[in-house]
Amino acid sequence: MSFHPKMTYGAAFHKSARDLDPDRDQGPPFEYTAENRARFDRIVQRYPDAQRRSAVLPALYLVQYQQGHITASAMRYVAGLLGITPADVEDVVSFYSMFYTKPVGRFVLQVCRTLSCALNGAERVTEELSAKLGIKPGETDPSGTFTLIEVECLGACDRAPVVMVNDAWHECLTPGDAAKLVDDLKARGEAALSGCHHVVEKK
Amino acid sequence: MSFEPLLTKHVREPNSFTLDFYLQHEGYDGLRKALAMKPEEVIDLVKASGLRGRGGAGFPTGMKWQFVDKKSPNPKYIACNADESEPGTFKDHLLMERNPHLLIEGCAIGCYAIGAKIAYIYIRGEFFHVQQVLERAIDEAYARGFLGKNVLGSGFDCDVYVHRGAGAYEAGEETALLESLEGKRAQPRNKPPFPAVVGLYGCPTAVNNVETLANVPIILMKGAEWYSKLGPEKNGGPKLFCISGHVKRPGVYEAPMTVTLGELINERAGGVRDGRTLKAVIPGGSSVPILLPTQLDTQASFDGVQKAGSLLGSAGIIVLDDTTCMVWLAENLLHFYRHESCGKCTPCREGTDWLYKILRKIERGAGQMSDLDLLTSVANNIAGKTLCAFGDAAVTPVLTTLKHFRHEYEAHIKEGHCTLPADWRARQGVATHP
Ligand SMILES: Cc1cc2nc3c(=O)[nH]c(=O)nc-3n(C[C@H](O)[C@H](O)[C@H](O)COP(=O)(O)O)c2cc1C
Ligand code: FES
Repeated sequence: MSFHPKMTYGAAFHKSARDLDPDRDQGPPFEYTAENRARFDRIVQRYPDAQRRSAVLPALYLVQYQQGHITASAMRYVAGLLGITPADVEDVVSFYSMFYTKPVGRFVLQVCRTLSCALNGAERVTEELSAKLGIKPGETDPSGTFTLIEVECLGACDRAPVVMVNDAWHECLTPGDAAKLVDDLKARGEAALSGCHHVVEKK
Repeated sequence: MSFEPLLTKHVREPNSFTLDFYLQHEGYDGLRKALAMKPEEVIDLVKASGLRGRGGAGFPTGMKWQFVDKKSPNPKYIACNADESEPGTFKDHLLMERNPHLLIEGCAIGCYAIGAKIAYIYIRGEFFHVQQVLERAIDEAYARGFLGKNVLGSGFDCDVYVHRGAGAYEAGEETALLESLEGKRAQPRNKPPFPAVVGLYGCPTAVNNVETLANVPIILMKGAEWYSKLGPEKNGGPKLFCISGHVKRPGVYEAPMTVTLGELINERAGGVRDGRTLKAVIPGGSSVPILLPTQLDTQASFDGVQKAGSLLGSAGIIVLDDTTCMVWLAENLLHFYRHESCGKCTPCREGTDWLYKILRKIERGAGQMSDLDLLTSVANNIAGKTLCAFGDAAVTPVLTTLKHFRHEYEAHIKEGHCTLPADWRARQGVATHP
């Protein structure tokens, strides 16, 4: 009941609310698949009972793997699971660069632009990818297959320039290699993704 | 050199990451030794070894463990810093992927020493392939009784969990790491209190770098005296050096800290590429001052590099040849710091953006001479005025390039463009790998 018997709450959105702005991309109602729910239940046990909030990053990764990006519905769902407010979840989502709040392509090409990669031609790699896909960094191609972004040091500067595609690493790329990678991804899909050099070289 | 690597000896062998391989090479013997000692004896041993933190600050690890408030009624924690985001640094990457059990063993010994039952390994989100290797290794360790309840029948319980970050350099700062682990933005806390007293969930916590913890089993196996004698006084033990930039053989190289920067760059990494000369070296990740070719005989130790006017930091050695434009370099790094500033402190949040924009203007040839003083004064109003060391780190590329290469800034302004050969950024990497 509200403080006035004739009136009800919830008709207006006030900026003091610990909820998300209704103008945000809501997306369809969200729920984990049974597998993801089981994964979440396992992960949350790693933290003390009173600290479920610690599982917010893993919980958001599960959302992103399930539906590609993180919608307002998903933030509310995660907030409910963890016993925090949707605004707490939004606070986290908006801070970390690996979470997407808008749809991205099936392959997100992340070119490292920091010093050691730049000294070894990363700018040329970005240019080549940009020309090949007809998009600028930050954009997704019209088919929704590729998103191109520039990222900061990935921690593999000895293998410069490095491009991370989704979670897979491609290293020591020349502009020519980068163009070929795009063709490979078009032709073979996820099978064209490699791992880090240690995995690739089997050593 | 007669030195035999201790951390990376086997990393090129096919199964180096498996438990069976590790056990064939004295794996978990350090943990066995530790469990036969009292926890305080383990701390005393690590203190006596002189081990200094490998994450950047070089603080003595034994002392950090001693500061952990053992009398607190709350649980204690180890938070292993595997965020490895300092530009030019990629050693923890190699260790975790190729020698994960060494880190797991270090975590278990650390927990035992400080009275913790849980170690969280906070790994940067981009290291997903590394995380998978690490998690498989942890599962193996549980299955064989090196982790879990009653480790090796000693009555000591120990859990190790991997916690994945999601893209934030600042999450590597120790208190920001704890915030992130608690499910919040990676923003630093005011210190004191230090994590050893009020850390994760308000409980006593030791935050240790991956390479630091990986040294602990070695100390147990080899003894404190042997360990401290490997290397110069107060700079003992093996050290991993990450060499990248304009060298022939970039990579991770292990050596005692008696080695010089020149030996690492010219002998181990093959020197700068053919036809080029060395212009400058950033010896400890992007946050430290530049050293010049005349300083190559500097000992690559915490104290040696500091004496030369810089810092060993994370031992990320970035080598720059004569084609490198120093204004462009500062702009490139300030792009990084502007992007990574967590936004909590105003001088850093606003100031890194100002610095980046001024540098960009100068680099594009639209700068004025007065911009150089402006850069210096903005930088000096950020340094020392922020909660964590990020502010100092962010202004260093600006101040150090202005100090040593002011003429390049002036040339950009006078000529209205970069005066280095036009192809300097078009060259491709021509590196070979060890
Ligand atoms: C902005 C910033 C970023 C940092 N990033 C890292 C990092 O990625 N990895 C790391 O081990 N230490 C990092 N540190 C240092 C940590 O705050 C802390 O000193 C270290 O984890 C302590 O471990 P150690 O004593 O074993 O070196 C960073 C510090 C600052 C100020
Ligand atoms: S600079 Fe690109 S991985 Fe470090």
